[in-house]
Amino acid sequence: MANAALTQAPAATGPRTSLRRTIGNRRTLGNSALTVLAVSLTLLAMFPLFSVLYMLIVRGGALLSPSLFTELTPGAGMEGGGIGNAVVGTLVVVAISTCLALPLGFLGAVYLAEYGGDRKLATLVRFAAKVLTGLPSILAGVFAYATVVVTTGSFSALAGGCAMAILMIPTVMLTSESALLAVPSKMKMAAFGMGATRAQTVLRIVIPTAIPGILTGVMLALARAMGETAPLLFTALFSDYWFEGKLTQPIASLSVLIYNFAGSPFEHQVSLAWAASLVLVSIVLILNVTAQFATRRPEEQ
Amino acid sequence: MADSKISTASATPDLSEAFKSSVARPPSAWQKGFDRVFKNVAYAFGIGVALLLAGVVFEVLRNARTAIASYGFAFLTTSVWDPNRAQFGILAEIVGTLYTSVLALALGGFFGVTVALVLSQGFVPRRVELVMKNVVELLAAIPSVVYGLWGIFVLIPAVRAPSGWLNEHFGSIPFFSTRLSGPGIFPAALVLAIMILPTITAISREAMAAVPKRLAAAAYGLGATRWEVIFRVTLPTAIGGIFGALVLGFGRALGETMALAMLVGNANVFGWSLFSPGNTLAALLANHFPEAGKVEVAALMYAAFVLMLITLAVNALGSFIMLRTTRELKGLG
Amino acid sequence: MNSQELSAPMTSEMPDSGRDSAAQIAAAVGDAPVVMDCRIKTLHYGDFLAVRDTDIPIVSNEITAFIGPSGCGKSTVLRSLNRMNDFVNGFRFEGSVHYRGQDIYAPEIDPVAVRRSIGMVFQQPNPFAMSIYKNVAFGLKLNNFKGNFDERVEAALRGAALWDEVKDKLSSSGLSLSGGQQQRLCIARAIAVEPELLLMDEPCSALDPIATRRVEDLMLELKEKYTIAIVTHNLQQAQRVADRTAFLFVDTSAGGRTGYLIEYRPSAELFEDPREERTKAYIRGEFS
Repeated sequence: MANAALTQAPAATGPRTSLRRTIGNRRTLGNSALTVLAVSLTLLAMFPLFSVLYMLIVRGGALLSPSLFTELTPGAGMEGGGIGNAVVGTLVVVAISTCLALPLGFLGAVYLAEYGGDRKLATLVRFAAKVLTGLPSILAGVFAYATVVVTTGSFSALAGGCAMAILMIPTVMLTSESALLAVPSKMKMAAFGMGATRAQTVLRIVIPTAIPGILTGVMLALARAMGETAPLLFTALFSDYWFEGKLTQPIASLSVLIYNFAGSPFEHQVSLAWAASLVLVSIVLILNVTAQFATRRPEEQ
Repeated sequence: MADSKISTASATPDLSEAFKSSVARPPSAWQKGFDRVFKNVAYAFGIGVALLLAGVVFEVLRNARTAIASYGFAFLTTSVWDPNRAQFGILAEIVGTLYTSVLALALGGFFGVTVALVLSQGFVPRRVELVMKNVVELLAAIPSVVYGLWGIFVLIPAVRAPSGWLNEHFGSIPFFSTRLSGPGIFPAALVLAIMILPTITAISREAMAAVPKRLAAAAYGLGATRWEVIFRVTLPTAIGGIFGALVLGFGRALGETMALAMLVGNANVFGWSLFSPGNTLAALLANHFPEAGKVEVAALMYAAFVLMLITLAVNALGSFIMLRTTRELKGLG
Repeated sequence: MNSQELSAPMTSEMPDSGRDSAAQIAAAVGDAPVVMDCRIKTLHYGDFLAVRDTDIPIVSNEITAFIGPSGCGKSTVLRSLNRMNDFVNGFRFEGSVHYRGQDIYAPEIDPVAVRRSIGMVFQQPNPFAMSIYKNVAFGLKLNNFKGNFDERVEAALRGAALWDEVKDKLSSSGLSLSGGQQQRLCIARAIAVEPELLLMDEPCSALDPIATRRVEDLMLELKEKYTIAIVTHNLQQAQRVADRTAFLFVDTSAGGRTGYLIEYRPSAELFEDPREERTKAYIRGEFS
């Protein structure tokens, strides 16, 4: 068939063979065109990431020096200074939120994985956690404002930590649950078979085996919390001074610094916003990459 | 607690005769008590998470009640924000929220589904696929405030010239009726699209990957080209999951705050022009909360409640669709 | 009782091809000391009747084997001897399992206490994701053991014929061992607490012939100190190691698959001169 077409091609006057070819060609051509289009669109979709990284390195990297981390944020129109108080502040707020979110999210996961099963209550709890993952982060700030700021009468690191914790809890809980469920049931049965109580089985066998997966969840939650700004705007607020150990006072953070300085008319403050972004993105990316490695390991082995 | 400890402990002597072993012994009262306490603590924390959600809803509603009482339904149908005269209405913000999110969904959805196709249908070698997948995931990792900063200093300057050109030549079309002077709807929606793309890609990619291989194989067997298979088999089969991905992406866009607070312009009016400034519910909260007085806070709480209702409804819908399609796909597999 | 109706005509019409009567089982035990007396009337998983009418006495310091075609419920019976079936949703049990004069299904009995004194070895080797040493010491810790851990761990590993192979790497992971070694580690873990009774659920099914042989030799050594009940699908294995053998069969007449006891006798008699028709057929290899 193909042979016949080939041998006929030069002899034929044209229309018949060219018709055959163009039909075949139009399909393959369309096919290839769509493929090229799709791959280019994909590359285009990735462009913003590279543009952001480029800007961070060029504009943020320019200010990178040790003093960036040791000095306070400069006032309007002033030169020099750094983002030291914001770095410390972010760490403090994240530490507070981790202390709140870790026990709640983790033990909630233990409930779901070990006691809840398919029960109605567990389904309800799981549903609540899923809804909380979709909760706009600013609403976590609104909640913390209503409960902590209004009751204590001031913006504070504690309020910021509470707002953050609400965002971390569902992530910690849902990833920990799947890590706990991934522990082979034959190991659990071995423990039960030796007369371990459920608490002993969970604490001595299930949790130690699930630790890598749980850590991944915690790191992803941390990475998410680090970059959050909205819940801090009117809970932790900002402070131009060092953290003095008082959780009831406003506190600086990298993300709010970026927001405040991004709109500043002073070039130096804008540059500091870029530097702060570079620091923030570096921390977040490191946490993300570490988390991904932690999950991938068991699969490969 | 003490009671139950005693009653369970008293049951064990019956078996003690069985413990001839030098090691094995019945669980001690302490071990049994701990087991009980541990179980109750786990239950309490599980329920605590459900209560947390209830608490968030309740607190916002409680704080909004004075505003709901005084402004009522008119709050949703007027566009003023004047703390001095205590007049508030969020129509412009509601419409602005929906408008920016729909735009972001159109852009992010188109790109997101395309990326998902490229990353699931064997267009690129496995290794490249993995790298690209990680790059898309990293897009989601960049904090939104950094996107905001990038938007102000990279995106808005880049969009300004084309917006002027569009306004000059197509100014009669409402979408291009103004030119971009600074922040505006379009740059905000563009950044929003970038931010929801990873969500849409990840979920729709899963839906596409779940399409049984034998369906595609059957179509290839009939002589279909790759894109014919994609349009006639893969996409129709995965449509439920893709739709769920779009709805969940839409939900994210509705609640996204920082990029919008920095890029949308914070103007309490609504215009169809892509290049005019506008406002969204989340951006309103972000910009007004820090310095709000008592009356304004109540109005903001009302706005927060509206935002919560919209996002919860959209997210619930998305989760529901996902749940149904996973069930359907299980039937197919 | 549905199950009674099913079995009754069979015994009356064909006494030789039915199943052992209570008297025959009692005769098979004779004067031997019974550690555990298992009398299952019915065992359900939800609506599914998994096992009925199965009485198996387990004699002290002997190996009792449960054999039968797949699906006959022999593992289910074994797991009900230390209440491991409690973890299965919808599990219901009628009958009794008397262990040293106590019915372990009596309401006042704590299943956790039952499992402490009865060891179990599973079909799949299931060491914990921790070191070899910690695997063996796990039961000791569980029971608040106050004595010398090192001594106990070594004794258990020696008892499981694993000591020489692992004595230099006690701190490496239990999961790093080969399948046969893992299974012996699980046996060491079980005997470290010196249980009186050891339940083994097809312990060699995941092992190669050489590892199987080692575990069999081990069982013969262990029965000096412990009593063993073993489920096996391997008739030769039962013949080689078991002192007494219980043959279970599967009844499909009611539409389900319900296991029940056909014959219980000393292994030599059961294999050389089976009393029931079904036992004969099974030993000849007519069912799988």
